[in-house]
Amino acid sequence: MTPKNNEGAAAGVARLELKGITKQFPGVLANDHVSLKVMPGEIHALLGENGAGKSTLVKMIYGIMQPDAGSFTWNGAPCVMSNPKAARKLGIGMVFQHFSLFEAMTVLENIALGLDAAIPQRELEAEILRVLDSYGLKLDPQRIVSTLSVGERQRIEIVRALLLKPKLLIMDEPTSVLTPQEAEQLFETLRKLAADGCSILYISHKLHEIVALCETATILRGGKMVATCDPRQMTSRAMAELMIGANLKEVSKAPSRSFGAAKFTVADLSLAKLGDFGVALRHISFTVRAGEIFGIAGVAGNGQNELLDALSGERTSTSAETISLQGKAIGKLHPSQRRLAGLCAVPEERNGHAAVSEFSLTDNAVLTARQSQNLTSNGLVNSGKATSFAAQVIQSFAVKARGPSSTAGSLSGGNLQKFIMGREILQAPGVLIVSQPTWGVDAGAATAIRQAIVDLAAKGSAIVVISQDLDELLGLCDTLAVINLGQLSKVMKVGEVSIEEIGLLMGGVHGDPAATVHMTEAMHAHTV
Amino acid sequence: MSMDLIISALVTTIGITTPILLAATGELVVEKSGVLNLGVEGMMLVGAVTGFAVAFTTFNPWLGILAAAAAGAASALVFGVLVLTFGANQVATGLALAIFGIGLSTLIGAGFVGMIVPPFTSIFPEELARDPFWRLIFGHSPIVYLALIMVMVVAWFLKSTRWGLVLRAVGENDLSAHSIGYSVIGIRYAAIAFGGAMAGIAGSYFSLVITPMWAEQMTAGRGWIALALVVFASWKPGRLLTGAYFFGVLMTLELYAKASGFSFLPSQFWASMPYLMAVLVLALISARERTGSEAPACLGKPFMPGE
Amino acid sequence: MRIRFEKRPEPSNFMRLATPVGAVLLTMVLGALLFDALGYDGQETIKQFFFTPVLASYKWQDVATKAAPLIIIALGLALGNTAKIWNIGAEGQYIAGALGGAFVAYLTPDVTSHWIIVPMLLAGIIGGALWAALPAWLKTRYNVNEVLSSLMLVYVSLQLLSYLIDGPWKDPNGHNFPQTAAFTDAQLLPRALPGTYVPPGLVFAIVLTFVFWVAMKRSIYGFDVRVSGAAPQAARYGGFNAKRTVWSTLLISGGMAGLAGILEATSQLGQLNLGFPSGYGFTAIIVSFLGRLHPIGIFIAGFVLAITSVGGQVAQTVVHVPSASGGIFQALMLFLILAGDVLVRYRIKIVHSASKAGAAA
Repeated sequence: MTPKNNEGAAAGVARLELKGITKQFPGVLANDHVSLKVMPGEIHALLGENGAGKSTLVKMIYGIMQPDAGSFTWNGAPCVMSNPKAARKLGIGMVFQHFSLFEAMTVLENIALGLDAAIPQRELEAEILRVLDSYGLKLDPQRIVSTLSVGERQRIEIVRALLLKPKLLIMDEPTSVLTPQEAEQLFETLRKLAADGCSILYISHKLHEIVALCETATILRGGKMVATCDPRQMTSRAMAELMIGANLKEVSKAPSRSFGAAKFTVADLSLAKLGDFGVALRHISFTVRAGEIFGIAGVAGNGQNELLDALSGERTSTSAETISLQGKAIGKLHPSQRRLAGLCAVPEERNGHAAVSEFSLTDNAVLTARQSQNLTSNGLVNSGKATSFAAQVIQSFAVKARGPSSTAGSLSGGNLQKFIMGREILQAPGVLIVSQPTWGVDAGAATAIRQAIVDLAAKGSAIVVISQDLDELLGLCDTLAVINLGQLSKVMKVGEVSIEEIGLLMGGVHGDPAATVHMTEAMHAHTV
Repeated sequence: MSMDLIISALVTTIGITTPILLAATGELVVEKSGVLNLGVEGMMLVGAVTGFAVAFTTFNPWLGILAAAAAGAASALVFGVLVLTFGANQVATGLALAIFGIGLSTLIGAGFVGMIVPPFTSIFPEELARDPFWRLIFGHSPIVYLALIMVMVVAWFLKSTRWGLVLRAVGENDLSAHSIGYSVIGIRYAAIAFGGAMAGIAGSYFSLVITPMWAEQMTAGRGWIALALVVFASWKPGRLLTGAYFFGVLMTLELYAKASGFSFLPSQFWASMPYLMAVLVLALISARERTGSEAPACLGKPFMPGE
Repeated sequence: MRIRFEKRPEPSNFMRLATPVGAVLLTMVLGALLFDALGYDGQETIKQFFFTPVLASYKWQDVATKAAPLIIIALGLALGNTAKIWNIGAEGQYIAGALGGAFVAYLTPDVTSHWIIVPMLLAGIIGGALWAALPAWLKTRYNVNEVLSSLMLVYVSLQLLSYLIDGPWKDPNGHNFPQTAAFTDAQLLPRALPGTYVPPGLVFAIVLTFVFWVAMKRSIYGFDVRVSGAAPQAARYGGFNAKRTVWSTLLISGGMAGLAGILEATSQLGQLNLGFPSGYGFTAIIVSFLGRLHPIGIFIAGFVLAITSVGGQVAQTVVHVPSASGGIFQALMLFLILAGDVLVRYRIKIVHSASKAGAAA
């Protein structure tokens, strides 16, 4: 099917060209006649907010999905990406956003699985060490994946792709799980690869990264290609508006904020790890005052989920005094009891944790609001009351849904998140704990959610926001701390703390400025 | 106890262990690929009746075994279509397969009740097995050797071959395996068919070797014991072998206890021993190890790639 | 061209109702073909299996007699299945329930009050619940898979029954048959309608169907069970205790099976013997799925399965198929209903091969 490619040596021949790629999903046109060109050695950004169709597009390039219409050419010759194997054969490598790794297996086995040829273990190991060495990366091939940090896991994916000597490397939101320093290290590797002639298709919604790294950017919005530009020639704001398609609305926050008395206190909270892949919490202490938004930063998998479970009551503490709400010790209370005491929580995972996708919105309202809103009597659910509460959430938080009887699964990520946040906020909690409030949510919904958090704080609630998105925390919070390996750093004031310091804390380095990578400029370019 | 008695007890143990070992070996591969097939008992029965019917009509026990494997695999594939292509619930479908196998084998076997075939015992020259000690090594049905070989083959396959690695990967993280480009469904179909074939042969051991005739539900729940054995073995072939012999010894003791007048305990007590022991062993295993860490991560979860 | 499943934005309510009906109809077609292939008269077999029990009015009472225990057991099992707690050992709990009730009967041969039936029924419920308590304890305490533990206990219960009726509870005047003494008149449950054979179990089945319907649809406990099955993490987040759900679903389904067991013993057999274990506990699993785990659906499905069960006996004498071949119809039905589930959430789409994309190559 593909004639011998001449490595695209002829000047002006694109390594990969997409013409009119279209993909229809039930009810949504994910890609609508998308065309773009990636030149040899070029770092090309694919930019768009959540739901713009970036992931669908790269899945088609990598052969995981097939387009409904449109065509690909590779080094000038038409080709079909019938499956990932065919794509790899052409020289396309991919690093997934959600790693395609096997937790219980070794690094070596994981890499072997990503190769199409069976290479004897010892040779493969030597080959891996060679690649690691030539890009200055560190990784032990014999380690079991579940014992590795997120950054190390990403390295497995990168090595797996590099072993195939790719001509085009696709990176899907690679920095979402990295510390700022790790991200800078990754950029170095990518620049080196590009210099060697490998094209890179870099997917992100983080503008400062794209400005720092890419020569060309293709911007997607609602599945359509809206612009191709040189990011170095444009302002971040202009690109952001192209991406969002409207004037940016910003969260309005009162300039001078005053806080009340201490409302929520965690004192020396420790929790054993659960299972092989869990993280233990160690001596966590912090205090949040009334009206204060407290942020917890950190790279994924450092105990954030465990902390949320411990705060929400899904895992109870051995001592009641470890968690207290307005002086009342609640460490031993279960989730329902904590809600009655005025503590609501929103976990990171929407489907199957914060909401049940096959349940109606009414039932999802019953899930957490049944007691505070008196939705039950004599052990029976009052469906009339429950429906009207769900309708109230839908209306107050502008949730796009057909009504309270729609299933949660039929809502987009952003709308479901708005519903979940609305459900908790309407219960008027004295303390609200949220994890990743805007993860995978479109810009409009993200702004609405952040605004709701700020408004709730203005009414005197104490709020804890756990997020991996540092920009979000810096924009939203008054104070912040970093979680690393289940331990919480000292509490810092937003506005007084430097990004380098936070980055180092995220990487587990406590106060060693010598290790700082110079990256302030890149971070500051990001003003959205 | 005389040497002869010990040897004959050991021979009995090997015989009793063989079908459980075979069926469990097949199920281990199935579960390693992330699929839970609870229909082992049904597949064994279908294998038992088919093996008997073919051996009876062709006078060739080898063809009987082959047919048993094919029938076991075919019934497993019915399960496969439902859980893989239709994404049906694996627990319920496995149960349906068990019930289906019981019904179908009864129906097919109705015409064969009361017939017998020559027992398919030894393949080695009789002289080799005459001495009691040598009998322990050479005196068994070919299926016994097959069972032992298959455990070793499966151990080697899973540990040292590329396809073994892929199979484990599919059971560990189906989405990742899919996104790298492996056919999750295809690999699971293959594993399910293999599991069915093994269960089919295990069934034929009852109707061709233990009692060379067909009787309704003659596998007597051993398929369920095989399922427990896979959990007991923590999905490791080596432990599967020892675990199977542990159950084999238990069941042999039951036979000898009944025969040698341990009459202070009722026979029903001995008959329920293997099942009670299976429950006890499951409890011990689960208590000692934090379960979940040993099991393939995708075990029992449906996989629908087409969104 | 190939067939692909495409996820529906909302599960189809039409398919929820249509697929069980389709499964029954398709079972008849496939069953006929299968029996033809095996050398029986397929059409006639289907007729005897599915239609004779319905058309011959004297068979209706037989059907009701078999439907009652199936419905009672399946209601309990559906509760567990909804919570994804798989109690496969209802047959054992059914036997244990009968043993519990028979134990009361064994102790009270001289009681003449009909009220003795109440402690007998209670003992039946307790016996079934106790038999399910072991899997519940093992699961909550040691995380032992309840599928295997509950099933293993079926075999143990069979041995226990065999031991008791051939040992301590053996009827001294029973000509050495392994059976208990016949229950006294006081220990027998009267017919639901005097002068007919309509079983008293049917009254229980009707009342319990209604109770379960309200509980599943309206009660917070029903919500707990549903959310525990659909999303265990969400259940924990919503404040539902997972261990309590395991315990309650297993104890309730065990108790229901036990109730069915003692009802069967005191209204049909009047004693316990080796013929008592009937496979109702296994067939009820099919009933619960065919009824889509919905109490009303289960009530209807119980009758459908009872019809095939009565039909199996008819077919045995008329077409000479083995009695156990009824199991084939039942399993086929379960296969088809499970396959049909996919249509509730997905729609079938026919994709024309080789997408237009890059077709030039």
